[in-house]
Amino acid sequence: MNSNNNYRDIVQETVTKKYKKRLFVNKLVTIFTVVCVIAAIVPLCSILFEVIKNGISAISFEFLTQPQGSIGSGSGGIAPAIQGTIIVVGLASLIAAPIGILTGIYLSEFAKEGGAFPYLVRFFNDVLTGLPSIVIGIVGYVLIVLALGSFSVLAGSLSLSIIMIPIVVRVTEETLKIVPHSLREAGYSLGLSKAKVTLRIVVPAAKNGILTGIVIAISRIAGETAPLIMTILGTSLFFSGITGPVDALPLRIWRLASQPYESAHAFGWGSALILILMILALSLGLRYFVQKRSPFKGMA
Amino acid sequence: MVRNKKHDKLFTGLVVGTAAYTLLMVGLVAFSVTKGSLDIFMEEGIQFITGSDWNAVEGRESFGAYPYIIGTLLSSAIALAIGLPISLAIAVFISEIAPPRIGTPLSFITELLAAVPSIIYGLWALFVFRFWVRDIIEKPLYDAFHGYLPFFAKTPFGLDIFTAGIVLAIMIIPIISSICREVMRVVPDSQREAAYSLGATRWETVRTAVFPYVKSGLVGASMLGLGRAIGETILVTMIIGNVIGPNAIPTSFFSQGQTLSSLVANEFNEASSDLHLSALIALGAILFILTMGVNIVARLLVKKKIKVSSGAKAQ
Repeated sequence: MNSNNNYRDIVQETVTKKYKKRLFVNKLVTIFTVVCVIAAIVPLCSILFEVIKNGISAISFEFLTQPQGSIGSGSGGIAPAIQGTIIVVGLASLIAAPIGILTGIYLSEFAKEGGAFPYLVRFFNDVLTGLPSIVIGIVGYVLIVLALGSFSVLAGSLSLSIIMIPIVVRVTEETLKIVPHSLREAGYSLGLSKAKVTLRIVVPAAKNGILTGIVIAISRIAGETAPLIMTILGTSLFFSGITGPVDALPLRIWRLASQPYESAHAFGWGSALILILMILALSLGLRYFVQKRSPFKGMA
Repeated sequence: MVRNKKHDKLFTGLVVGTAAYTLLMVGLVAFSVTKGSLDIFMEEGIQFITGSDWNAVEGRESFGAYPYIIGTLLSSAIALAIGLPISLAIAVFISEIAPPRIGTPLSFITELLAAVPSIIYGLWALFVFRFWVRDIIEKPLYDAFHGYLPFFAKTPFGLDIFTAGIVLAIMIIPIISSICREVMRVVPDSQREAAYSLGATRWETVRTAVFPYVKSGLVGASMLGLGRAIGETILVTMIIGNVIGPNAIPTSFFSQGQTLSSLVANEFNEASSDLHLSALIALGAILFILTMGVNIVARLLVKKKIKVSSGAKAQ
């Protein structure tokens, strides 16, 4: 009886000991995950803090409206870069948005379930999002810069559109798939063609989602630098035509950062702040637009 | 009705056409890198991959990509080694530990981190972060180990492969952790409940019931991050130190280095001859093949997991 009790005590003790150890490991892991979360947030805070702190002092009226002064002098501004970014990104969006949306429509509405072609389109679309942007820059260089004989807006926009299309396709397809089937059926029951149902009912219902996708894609390409090195070159002059070189903010930031002058670095921070503000304004504008219009308004 | 049918045909043709274009884009990329790099492969053959000279002086031209392949692989490996555990931990915290009112804003913040353009990471890394890395991480490692461990030899500068790896890690963490989260979400709750009902702690549940269920998805997620690190250009160009030729073969973590993409970014606008340009595009071709391979495998792994598991969930 006594030994039995003893035995039970020993078992009890080892179990408690083991249990305590397991709880301890559990706690340790939980703490580790929290530390990792903090470790990921610190860089974000530091980046935002530095960009705002260093950027704000660089910004002035001259900075926003003038081309660059002589190197190292700290005079002039980054106006051509702002203009160039708007032109190159705008043209890229004009190419990419229609193609991306139509492909998304194809995948969601027209593609046969389990077909080989839609599978390939979807698969390579995903693979394309993972290709390095500098490789995509080569496309603009080989197909357009070499053919035209000069670095150009066109080459830059073509390259950026290749980065943008897969993102738009993905988001469009996913948004269209959420539109309830009953809406489509209502259209068909009225004798509408598939094209009409898609364009007049399904797409308007998914408008907000599609717009969000486009804005995400634009903010992604607005910050791309690598493909622009090989396509638009960068200049200190304003836009001179679609087949000529042009400047862009990311490119300018890179060139400024590699100059040995304090004033150039200050300009770099200023340009970074402007770039972030432009991207931020775009997404805030979208949010305002989306909130103002309910998704079902266009369908009445 | 007839008009309707015609419209339908036209529209179907249009959407199939654009879908075909998106497929064609992969072809365009493949065609361009092949066409652009043909010259140098004709000239140097396999030497281009195994050689380590990089000389653009006319008449003595010789190009070899070996040091930059090593630099690319090493910096991405460091990025993955640091980034993967942190990403997994963040994904576990958001999807398994934190209540939604903390988890949701946190996932928003990590997404914000993913939206910061890499040029801004680069600017920050060049003027701020590299001094942190040098003083807080590299100097102590150097002081402690430089006598015995060759990969911590060399006085740290802050502009080296190690710093590039760390900043790349910061950049790929939001990508890996958000895909891991997505993959872990498809694990059915019954799986977790089974583990809890056997008395498992939370960590044991994650380890025995969640991770094994989505193993291939997690591998895929980290490979997508790896692909991103391999191809990242401007950020690496700004902090890796940019040396060329045999010197670019790293001898320690604190060596200045060069990757495939950073060399292209550095020299593209100053290329002195067609052969030099062709060599740079050929670096892009190697990068294309590397990332294409990594991405295809990764996509297959992630896709398989999400498909299978959501099927299981629907039952």
